Amino acid sequence: MSGFASQFVVAFMVTVGLALVAGSLGTAFGLFLAISKGGAAPRFMSVVTAYTTVVRGVPELLIILLIYFGGTTLASKVAGRYVEVNAFTAGVIALSVVFSGYATEVFRGAIAAVPAGQTEAAKSLGLNAWQRWMFIIGPQMLRLALPAYGNLWISLFKDTALVSIVGLTDIMRVAYVGAGSMRAPLSFYLAASALYLSLTTVTLLSIRLAERRYPAFGR
Amino acid sequence: MNFGLMLDAIVVLPSGIGLTLTLTVLSLMAGFLLSVPLAFIRAFARPGLSLAVLAYTYVFRGTPMLVQLFLLYYGLGQIEAVRASVFWMILRDPFWCALLTFSLNSAAHTTEILCRGLQSVPKGLIEAAAALGLKRLQIARLVTFPIAFRISLPAYGNEVVGMIKGSSLASTVTLLEITGMARQMVSATFAPYEIFIVAGAIYLALTSIAVKATQFLERRLSTDRNPAPRRRARFRPALPHQEITPPVP
Repeated sequence: MSGFASQFVVAFMVTVGLALVAGSLGTAFGLFLAISKGGAAPRFMSVVTAYTTVVRGVPELLIILLIYFGGTTLASKVAGRYVEVNAFTAGVIALSVVFSGYATEVFRGAIAAVPAGQTEAAKSLGLNAWQRWMFIIGPQMLRLALPAYGNLWISLFKDTALVSIVGLTDIMRVAYVGAGSMRAPLSFYLAASALYLSLTTVTLLSIRLAERRYPAFGR
Repeated sequence: MNFGLMLDAIVVLPSGIGLTLTLTVLSLMAGFLLSVPLAFIRAFARPGLSLAVLAYTYVFRGTPMLVQLFLLYYGLGQIEAVRASVFWMILRDPFWCALLTFSLNSAAHTTEILCRGLQSVPKGLIEAAAALGLKRLQIARLVTFPIAFRISLPAYGNEVVGMIKGSSLASTVTLLEITGMARQMVSATFAPYEIFIVAGAIYLALTSIAVKATQFLERRLSTDRNPAPRRRARFRPALPHQEITPPVP
């Protein structure tokens, strides 16, 4: 078990890195989709709705498998020889797709919850679209979205375990390998659960802190 | 894209629907039965008991279901007492292991959902029921629980969808439900796109039916004479339970 401690440390960093990269990309993409859903053409809106519906209706495991194996096939076809997609890259893409699907809906709900009078007042003050988003809608929307957005991060940290199935050496993978080689599955999986639990606890506490620091306006 | 393979997948994969639905329905039922008493304890019992239930739900909601599944499937066999006991017949079988994990996981989520519903039942209603002379069990059965269930229904719908999606994890312990069959087909044909897309479409159909069924139930149980037209969003985000409401002007 002691030999695996250093491996667990590395794997912990891999899991955290995967979650942070995927979460940031997913947030950026989700914000983009939610904002453009507000003012875009109806056809684009229905495309975004279809995207979020599909992403949220299909198991995360299947999306990861599709992007890992499908990506390998696609890359091999493009390159003309066998190219394997890195498990980390596949995990980042798959998890940011999942995250953006949920984040779009969270942000869209939050944008809809900002009273229309705010936009109208900003318009009457002569602010342009960019300023309205930056100074009026953005700050209010983000505060409203914060609790639900925090839950997305917690489920993201849990979903990273699924990437171990396509061979990424994250916490779950190290536990699996260790359990097999040391014939002590119980202790290895308990260690893995403790690590995941600490990650979700830290996330939960930071969200609570952020909620207290940035409560929704007018409450 | 190879459409012949897609047709093959369309023919083969539905035979996994049975196992997916069996796992989902059984674990949801077991989870619900377990969660009702736990939710009452969590919501109304004295702090010590409530905290014990919280510890259970916190651990199960805070760790990936994959870890829980592997812990039960591979980990429990390490304990000599478990292997010697009668439960070993059940615990060495991947189906029962998956079912047990999913049930415990679902129970943890459902407990928190119902607890939130129970806590938002107006105090006055419970007091009115007590004033009418109902016993505590009658109040719980006739007043608190039905109202709490109605409040929790949208969140519970998300749990149903989450369970359908979560049942795909059973493929990691050799069970051949939809994902398991798809993975088997992919390793035989190495045509991941076609087969996984068909599998995804099947899951999408299942989750859509679950969402529609929940919405139907919500409308049926709604106490409004003229239920408000539904919001345009067809899915609610699965995890967040916090309602987003506009600030009071």
